[in-house]
Amino acid sequence: MATPEPAAAIQPPPPPADSTSTHEFPLPPILQHPSAAGPAKLITQGAEGRLYRTSWLTPTRLCALKHRPSKPYRHPTLDARLTRHRILSEARILQKCRREGVAVPALYGIDESQGVLSMEWVPGRPVRVEINEFLRRRAENYPHGEGGRGREEVTRDEEGAAPLVGLMRRIGEAVGKLHKAGIVHGDLTTSNMMVRPWEKDKGLTKGHHGNGQEYEVERSLEGEIVVIDFGLASQGSADEDRAVDLYVLEQALFTVVLEAYKETFKAAPVVLKKLEDVRMRGRKRSMLG
Amino acid sequence: MAPLYALGCEGSANKLGIGVISHDPATNKTKILSNIRHTFVSPPGTGFLPKDTAAHHRAHFVSVAREALRAWAPPLTSVAVAARTLSLLWGLDLVGVNHCVGHIEMGRVITGADNPVVLYVSGGNTQVIAYAEQRYRIFGETLDIAVGNCIDRFARTLAIPNDPFPGYNVEQLAKKAFFEPDGATEREPVLLDLPYAVKGMDCSFSGILGAADLLAAQMRKQDALLASGGSLKEGEERITPEDLCFTLQETVFAMLVEITERAMAHVGSKQVLVVGGVGCNERLQEMMGLMARDRGGSVYATDERFCIDNGIMIGLAGLLAWETGFRTPFEDSTCTQRFRTDEVHIKWRSD
Repeated sequence: MATPEPAAAIQPPPPPADSTSTHEFPLPPILQHPSAAGPAKLITQGAEGRLYRTSWLTPTRLCALKHRPSKPYRHPTLDARLTRHRILSEARILQKCRREGVAVPALYGIDESQGVLSMEWVPGRPVRVEINEFLRRRAENYPHGEGGRGREEVTRDEEGAAPLVGLMRRIGEAVGKLHKAGIVHGDLTTSNMMVRPWEKDKGLTKGHHGNGQEYEVERSLEGEIVVIDFGLASQGSADEDRAVDLYVLEQALFTVVLEAYKETFKAAPVVLKKLEDVRMRGRKRSMLG
Repeated sequence: MAPLYALGCEGSANKLGIGVISHDPATNKTKILSNIRHTFVSPPGTGFLPKDTAAHHRAHFVSVAREALRAWAPPLTSVAVAARTLSLLWGLDLVGVNHCVGHIEMGRVITGADNPVVLYVSGGNTQVIAYAEQRYRIFGETLDIAVGNCIDRFARTLAIPNDPFPGYNVEQLAKKAFFEPDGATEREPVLLDLPYAVKGMDCSFSGILGAADLLAAQMRKQDALLASGGSLKEGEERITPEDLCFTLQETVFAMLVEITERAMAHVGSKQVLVVGGVGCNERLQEMMGLMARDRGGSVYATDERFCIDNGIMIGLAGLLAWETGFRTPFEDSTCTQRFRTDEVHIKWRSD
């Protein structure tokens, strides 16, 4: 009997020539011209859009410019159709939010054929950063060991947590308003919400919004919640989609909790490892055995 | 420890695959000893009905199993019965395997991709998967029919042959869209209007199939009109099967690449592995490669020996589970179509 020849394995493709994460992308044409405000700055790079900080009309008015570059894998006709449709849809959603009183960046202008949308630059920082910093500051100001705490300390903790509770309430209101306006966000993480300092607090800060510098003074969680990045948003009132928005938000907020937990408690890694087991089981320890 | 051997039996669709694979725990080397497949090919314009497919699988399996299968049983059940029979006959352990996990593990072994985002595309499934915490987690999937089902059913609409498989013939027709009917003069294929249905990391294909079927019906009207000596309305584009296949591929593959890219951005991965029957499609592989290149990564794909359903992929996944101590008791050796990829505890990976 003939022994069957083992099949030859397929050779894996060679690794890319340059596998560093700093991949250089060409700027959209609109940002290739010299500008009095200086060169545009790449802020973030997602799966389909890149966000730049540049200026609008005057060199001091900052704007966020979103570019949806064309995808080389897509047929040019399909690519142009999708880019146009998505830029227009995002612009319409921003406009609708504005009309319904949901705090979002103001729409400045669009060039749907180039896949470009420019909007107000929202001063402040993402909710994720603000909460993390707030928790770290608190850990520094009220250092307590891993032992038990006195009654006084607990009370002080509850008082100290008030800004956080306030922030959570404002997040809930913002999302409620958004859903009431018939918009589903599609990616409601704490990175997609900004805390814009109240107008009255501006005088207290050293930094100035207009020049793009970050604040340097002691910050609180005070400020208006501005929802950003409507790239995956849609108009609709399906309860399923709204519930998914809330689920994503729930996960994102809990991630913040865990980050702070790790910073505070040195045995955290062991507990988090165990948490993975618990998550996998999906419930409490089995009563059997 | 001596090398371990496993016999895999696969028959969830129209392919009956049986293969033997070995794994040496000492060297962590995998060796394919045999990989035999027999495909049930249905006549042009028809799909493979479970009844006929089951008959095919029965006819081609061992004679011992044939006796037990005289009564009707769907394809997967037929093969499960045969696998149980072999287990009893030869006194071998039974290891139940999740079909998709079989595809993923086979793709990882063959291509050497260690932790890729996986696009699993076949006649029954469309999923974007990434590994985390000993599970293959589903990031996105189809909300209705599978992409392979969409292509196969459209092949039926056009009544093109099912041999070797419908998707292959759709792919060949799409390539012909780049040439005039003489087959030599180059032309620009026409991208017809089809819906594009992506929602976050999920997608949907049934509306696209419906729209493509409507275009095919319009084409047949044109055929009839031209055959009876009439002429098309001014400005009306002549629809051809080649352009239809080209358009369908360009549209559904763009959707698949888009949701895969989103998952890669989400988990921060640069590797992408394409598995499942549709993964053989060269245009899909090319598009995926262009996307991966833009992200500074690369695409890993296998050829038809491994990406189409086969026995060794079941053998490999079974072997990996067996090594962690997993066995399927004879009385529990049932099969189900409702076995999701993320239900399997991937005990053999610890990264």
